[in-house]
Amino acid sequence: MGKKINNALNASVRSPLQKDDKRTDRFVGVVLLAALYVVLFLLDNFLPQNSFTLMMIPVLKKGAIYSLLCVSMNLLNGFTGLFSLGQAGFMLLGAYTYAIFTIPVDQHATVYQYFDGGAIQFSIPEAIGSAIGHNAGSWIGAIIAIILAGIVAAVFAALIGIPVLRLKSDYLAIATLGFAEIIRAVFQWSGLGVITNGSNLLRKYTNLASMKIGSLSFATMFPFLIATVCIGIIVLLINSSYGRAFKAIRDDEIAAEAMGINLFKHKMMSFVISSFFAGVGGALLAMYQTTIQAAAFKTAMTYEILLMVVIGGIGSISGSCIAAFLYTACNEWWLRFLDSGHIGSMSVPFFRDGFRKVVFSVIIMVIVLFFSRGIMGDKELSFAGLVRKFKCRKAAKAASVEAADTDANNTKEAE
Amino acid sequence: MSNTILKISDLKVNYGGIEAVKGISFDVTEGEIVTLIGANGAGKSSTLRAIAGLVKPTSGKIEFNGEDLTGKDPTAVVQQGITLVPEGRRIFPDLTVLENLRVGAYLRNDDITDDLNWVYDLFPRLKERSWQAGGTLSGGEQQMLAVGRALMSRPKLIMMDEPSLGLAPLIVKGIFDIIREVNKQGVTVLLIEQNANMALKIADVGYVMETGSITMSGSGKSLLEDEAVKAAYLGT
Repeated sequence: MGKKINNALNASVRSPLQKDDKRTDRFVGVVLLAALYVVLFLLDNFLPQNSFTLMMIPVLKKGAIYSLLCVSMNLLNGFTGLFSLGQAGFMLLGAYTYAIFTIPVDQHATVYQYFDGGAIQFSIPEAIGSAIGHNAGSWIGAIIAIILAGIVAAVFAALIGIPVLRLKSDYLAIATLGFAEIIRAVFQWSGLGVITNGSNLLRKYTNLASMKIGSLSFATMFPFLIATVCIGIIVLLINSSYGRAFKAIRDDEIAAEAMGINLFKHKMMSFVISSFFAGVGGALLAMYQTTIQAAAFKTAMTYEILLMVVIGGIGSISGSCIAAFLYTACNEWWLRFLDSGHIGSMSVPFFRDGFRKVVFSVIIMVIVLFFSRGIMGDKELSFAGLVRKFKCRKAAKAASVEAADTDANNTKEAE
Repeated sequence: MSNTILKISDLKVNYGGIEAVKGISFDVTEGEIVTLIGANGAGKSSTLRAIAGLVKPTSGKIEFNGEDLTGKDPTAVVQQGITLVPEGRRIFPDLTVLENLRVGAYLRNDDITDDLNWVYDLFPRLKERSWQAGGTLSGGEQQMLAVGRALMSRPKLIMMDEPSLGLAPLIVKGIFDIIREVNKQGVTVLLIEQNANMALKIADVGYVMETGSITMSGSGKSLLEDEAVKAAYLGT
């Protein structure tokens, strides 16, 4: 009874507190991000090489990249209600655009060995590097190429959006899925080999290891930097009046239309922006992997991202980020021992290659069955909210203890 | 002062081969409450949807304030000052009450604080629940929100599609009081209802629709007393 009243009070008190909460959250967020960057800087430069850090660093890099990819998919699937499965296609466009424009000119002969050195004899980092120095060239060149990657993905999204966005739900998913597959097939086609290198690898382009200032490395920090900026932009967009229009379309298309929201224009906007960031994510993935091949951008990649979005909570940015890191860590690090064949020195017959995937699938099924709305639902992680929840629980406990005490006293007195 | 604000002439609406509205004409005078009553499938909602731009009329003309709105898209219609409160309320369930209201003002670039306060004055209940998700409101509150959301676009004409649908009689009465109050504040109302009794009581002018055509018209009072209307819609 007392708890109920407490909860009701809580709900009514929430409104005036929200503004303060936001301020606290923003402050805590900035402090945590700053701390994170200091840690990343130390990891990049003063890290003892051992088996633990060898596993952790790639997980961090990949987690940051997948966070961006998940958030970009969430913008479309979670906030605009458009169920698109074209993510891998846009990532591929981004990854290839990035790689093609950052391969050093003198490496073209080796990379495009079956295509006479390729058609594009130009490298953005080199062109800039020759003017203002090698390191600055890699940074600025990489960033320009990443933006270019996003733009190419966005342009393709705008083109296919015109026919595809008139479709609803499942049909949209099928159409975008088909588009992604077509893109992959086209990029593997040897007719375009002078640009895409056909089904061969693209390599030797500017990767994360070239992100240096002097002798200081920023290999882990770089994907975090780009992801933070991009996710920040998406969050700003979602909280703007455009974001409200997206959510209105997700909730009820007809009502949104009746309010004067142009459905096609806003769907297109969300689709293009989401694809832009998918392209950026693809470029980062290319940087991380150091080699790329169109064959890797299968629908399985889209499903993996979709899975992270669902685990994190459709419609929650912080959920997507948490899920991206958790998923990557489990998949590439924490559950690795299941494939190794032994725990410590004890050998376990079940633990052989592929067993990790079995356990992982079971975990995912449990999550989907028992947390069907994901880790965060459609809420955002809020430090102030957590603190208040904790305080409330404490207060409730204290209240119930007190009540029990008075009850006890009463009974004593009665005796 | 009797300005015709909305003029419908010979409006026809088809869905595939089915003629839902078969060439109706009527006028709405500024500052009045006009109601269209009729049974299910009479073509009332189709008429509203055509005016709001949600469906394209097959033929006919829709004039608002002297401008031709026939076949314009909903954005243009809302910008001209006509807002629809859709049937079945259709609030945005996952958006907060405040966000719902803000979406209502989506096409406006000016300051909306005054109108927000106006809506909160009309519906104090909404102010209390400002931070609650729209989907957690009761049916009556959702209807209030739907009306408030439409008012946020500062319409000259507000069109309501069955605001009493699925609400308890007492709440229906509250909704109609609000409609009258909104009208008093200078918003012209075009109301569609199956609850003919309530609608005709507050309406200045009423039209009766039957299978796509207007069969009767007159002041709200005269229709209330009309024997044919009584027999068909008032059940007395």
